[in-house]
Formats: sequence, structure tokens, C-alpha cells
Amino acid sequence: MEEKQRKAYWNRNLKYLCILLSIWFTVSYGFGILFAPFLNQFSMGGFKLGFWFAQQGSIYVFVVLIFVYVWLMNRLDREFGVEEQV
Amino acid sequence: MDVQVWTYLLVGITFALYIGIAIWSRAGSTKEFYVAEGAVNPLTNGMATAADWMSAASFLSMAGLISFMGYDGAVYLMGWTGGYVLLALMLAPYLRKFGKFTVPDFIGDRYYSEIARTVAVICALFVSFTYVAGQMRGVGLVFSKFLEVDIFWGVVIGMGIVFFYAVLGGMKGITYTQVAQYCVLIFAFMVPAFYLSIQATGSPIPQIGFGSTLNDGTGQYVLEKLDQLHTELGFAEYTSGNKSIQDVFFITFALMVGTAGLPHVIVRFFTVPKVKDARISVGYALVFIAILYTTAPAIAVFARTNLIESVQNTEYTDIPEWFKTWEETALLNWVDKNEDGKIQYAPGAAIVGEPALKRVDGAVQTGPNGELLLTNEVTSSRNELYVDRDIMVLANPEIAGLPTWVAALVAAGGLAAALSTAAGLLLVISTSVSHDLIKKQIKPDLTDKEELRWARIAAAVAVLFAGYFGIRPFGFVAQVVATAFGLAAASFFPAIVLGIFHKKMNREGAVAGMVTGLLFTLAYIVFFKIAYPEYNTPEYWWFGISPEGIGTLGMIVNLLVSIFVGALFPNPPEEIQELVESIRYPKRT
Repeated sequence: MEEKQRKAYWNRNLKYLCILLSIWFTVSYGFGILFAPFLNQFSMGGFKLGFWFAQQGSIYVFVVLIFVYVWLMNRLDREFGVEEQV
Repeated sequence: MDVQVWTYLLVGITFALYIGIAIWSRAGSTKEFYVAEGAVNPLTNGMATAADWMSAASFLSMAGLISFMGYDGAVYLMGWTGGYVLLALMLAPYLRKFGKFTVPDFIGDRYYSEIARTVAVICALFVSFTYVAGQMRGVGLVFSKFLEVDIFWGVVIGMGIVFFYAVLGGMKGITYTQVAQYCVLIFAFMVPAFYLSIQATGSPIPQIGFGSTLNDGTGQYVLEKLDQLHTELGFAEYTSGNKSIQDVFFITFALMVGTAGLPHVIVRFFTVPKVKDARISVGYALVFIAILYTTAPAIAVFARTNLIESVQNTEYTDIPEWFKTWEETALLNWVDKNEDGKIQYAPGAAIVGEPALKRVDGAVQTGPNGELLLTNEVTSSRNELYVDRDIMVLANPEIAGLPTWVAALVAAGGLAAALSTAAGLLLVISTSVSHDLIKKQIKPDLTDKEELRWARIAAAVAVLFAGYFGIRPFGFVAQVVATAFGLAAASFFPAIVLGIFHKKMNREGAVAGMVTGLLFTLAYIVFFKIAYPEYNTPEYWWFGISPEGIGTLGMIVNLLVSIFVGALFPNPPEEIQELVESIRYPKRT
């Protein structure tokens, strides 16, 4: 792989990382902690929204984030032809 | 059949299963012993990681803890799951590509320094030892509560089992027993949760149940009811909690980063064949973990509501039978301060210290209502009830009136959780000694066979140590375990992440960062937890951060020191920069 391509691969990886980690931060620290008191005035069924994000929602989002990352990276590996052959 | 017979039966069957798997999966080489040949299926590894990760504390104590903390329990729920996102995105795939056996391996090679390797070994041993002692204690407690075996013999039996499959099978044996242990523990955790949810709301899924309406005909939501009970008794609302926002923030962050930096978790991702497998494997692990972690807050809510409703303002003479059973274990006790014969529950401690039953010639003494008397001084609080947090999970089957085999299942599940975590930690300890110390530093000419023998000896010695601390816990062991995460956050995590994402980071920066991060965090914890516990209140804490959350600041200190000190020294050698380059791409290019 050429230097230029290597850079492109790594930069795309860093871009995915930044986007996914911003979501990770917003949902857990934002919705679950910093804005929880504000979100608690809304409800979803019997849950106050901030409480739900802190004790349920953020965990579901974590799971989804990892699977999205796996999908994005596998696609990226194929695009640049750096998949492992074992 | 009574609970004891059921417990012997279930514990016996599960133990036989673990031993059978251990014999089937004996390790023959160091590669099998350290990383199960690097040939574990990613789904299998995900399940093993979940069992490795979820300890006696997650299984037995967490739901109870949350039940008393309300909203604040989120620090554990988010803190002990969110780290897996960091692990998947920033650590696991790269460490898999690096492809050695241990975390100190990576630190030592990446920072081309034996000092860095030694610092990493010390951190790994320190974190793992404090953690494993708690697990053996958990094994002993389950045995003593359910089988009326002395804690000493409980720990000895637990040691025997772990010894058998960890020493014999190494990572290979541990991996497959952990899969079995995950199945046992998750089944044992979910069964009471289904029952509780159906009883309270009619919904069989606890995650939905605790956001539904009660089926007592009032049409009130479960959480609304619990908030109302809390307000009536003078507690803060269950859904709002007591901790300050910045403390919740810092504790959650320290737990997340600490989780991602724990060597026994990281090493599990050395066992899968490819980089791609390491990524997806973290995803599977978090799915299996999330099943328990999203159920725990539901159990916490149901258990809390059941407890308050069955005891508050109830005449002691009308109290259900389970209350009296737990009174005898001194985990649930009542002192009738206003002498009205009714139980009053309110904020604050009811008595000074932990309950001690009053005995005359060995026989327990009862008060005017038939309650067991205590020798403790009472406090001035209105509260008359002492509740140990751990009984929220242990007593749940009885409180909810579930069949006897469910209680036995909880015992088997607690043991599975404790044993699986203990085995994973023992492996880290033995690998650190045989591989990172003996092979890499003391005797590099060791053959594979000899190294394997050393690994087994180290595992055996570590089992004995762990057992000893399980039987005779230092008073401060429990305190230290809670802060092992802070130490991992402040030492390993920044060093590994910088090692991958900052090609120019050199050994001087990394070592200085790890050492200052670790010392800073340790000093803060020792000051407030051990040296001056009387100052351990928010007004003395820096920026309102409790010792549990200080690892976050320690991590920031580590990062800053690494970058500043690193800038003063020359770049790492060319071959190291190439090593960093090579781990960034799954295929060699």
C-alpha cells in the first residue's frame, strides 16, 4: 500500500472513531448525567427520560455503537484491501 | 426437597461440569496456556469475556447496591459497560494485531524499555491481586450462607476447583469453563427477575416491566409508586439520587476507562484468530454483559418496592417468615426504638456499626415482640431497620415467594460468577510472573516446556495467596478493590492508547506518565480511604471528586505528563515507529 493510501485509511478510521465516540459521550455523559435532570421532565412509559438513559438506554446504545464500528471497519478493510487472510 | 438439598445438587452438577471441561481442554504449550492457541471462536470468546468480567460483585451485590442508590446506581451500570466501547474502538483490534501474550508485553516492546515492562507488571499484579481476593471471599460467603459450610472450607473448596482448571488448562481450560459459567450465572440471574417482573406488573421482560404499571389495580407506574414511597419515608426520590453531578461524571468515567484498562479483560482478545474477530468479539461480549446489566436495575426497583411495602409500619408479629430467617444471619435486623411493636424505615443508619446478635450462653435473646436483640448502640435516627445490601439478591427468591430451587440456583450462579473471574485474574498473575518476569527478564533461554512449568507453579502460588486473603481479608481489601479501576485507568489505559495513536510517543514520556498517574491516584485514595477516613467527605475532596472517581483525574495527569515529558526527549527508534505503523493495518503491508 502506498503512503497516500495508508494515510487515507488511517484518517477514515480516526473519523469513524471521533463520530462514534461523540455519540458515546453524548448519550452517556450528556443524556444520562449532565442533562438527566432536564430530561427527567419528559417520560417514556413509566420511565423518566434522563433516568432511563442512565440505567437502560445508554447500555443499548453502547452495544449498537460497537456493531456499527465493526461494520464500518470491515467495509473499510475491504475497500483498501487490508483484510487478513488466514 | 429443601433449599440445602437443591443447592448441593446444583452446585455439585455445575462443579462436575467445570472439572470435566478442564480435563477435556488441557494445555500442552505456552501458547495454549497463555492465549488458548489464539484459536477461540469470537462468539465463544465474547461469552467467556462476559463471565470473566462479571464477578461476584456484579452478580450478588450490584442490584442490591443500586437498590439503595437509586439513580446514582447508574455509575456502575454505565461505568462497567461503556468501557467496552473504548475497548472495541481503541484497544482490542490493535493489541490483537500486535499479537503477543500480555499487556506488559505490549508496553515493554512498544516503549523499548525493561523499566516500562516492569512498571506494567507491577500494575498488573497489583490490580489483579486486590481483585482476586474479593472473589475468593465471595465463594466463601456463598458456601457459608447456603450450605452452612464454614467460610474457611468454602474458600478451600473454591480454591481446589479453580486450581484444577486454571493450573491444568490455562487459558484454554479457563475459556471453555467460562462459557459454561456464563450460562449458569445468566440463567440464575434471569429466573428470579422474570418471576419478580410478572408478579409486580404482568410483563415477563424485566427491562420493560419496571417501566410499566403495577397490576394491583391502581394503574400506577412502578417507578412512580417507588418515588412516592421514598418521599413518604423521607428519602430522596429514587429516580433522582444523592450524589453531585460532577462526582457521578468522574466516577462513571474512571470505571469506564478502568474497565478498558484491566489486564484480565484485555488479554481475552489475544485469544481470537484475527483482528476482525477481536472487533466483533467485544461486541458479543457487551451483548452478553448487557443482558445482566439491564436486568439489574429492574431487580433493584422490584426488590426495593417489595422490601418497603412488606416491612414499613408492619407489626413485627405479622412479619413474613423470610424476615426472621435473615435476622438470624444478622443481615436484616430491627430495633424497636419507639416501642410500638411496628417496624419504621427511614433514612440514616438505625444502629452503630454492623449488627451483633445478643447472646447469653450462646443462645440468641429475643425482645418483647419476638425480635432478635442486638448488642449495638442505637442511633438517634427514626430508622429502626438495618438492611445489608447483599440480601437484596440473595433473599429475593424468598421475599417474592419463589420455588425453593430458585434460591439454590442463585447460589450456583454466585459461585459461577466468582470462580470465572477468579480464574481469569489468576491467569494474568501467572503469565505476568512466568512470561513477563522470568522469561523476558530473568532467564531468556527458558524452553517452552520450562516456561509452561513456571506458569503452572505461579498459578498454583497465586491460588494459595488468593485463598489466604479470602479467608483472612485485611480490613482495607474491600476498599482497595473498589479503587482497582482508578489505578487501571490512571496507569495502563493512557500508555496503551498513546502507544497506538501517537507514533512519536517515547519511553521517557510513557514511563513518567504511568508512574505519576499511578502515584497520584494511589496517594489520593490512601489519604481519604486509609490514612484520614474522617476527611472523606465532599467538602475536603478536590473539585468534589470522591476517591472512587479520582482515577479520571489520574488519567488526565498521566496523559499530560506523558505528552510534556515525551516532547523533551528524542523520538522512538525507527523500528518502533514501524511497529506502531504495522499494528494499525489488519494485513501486513
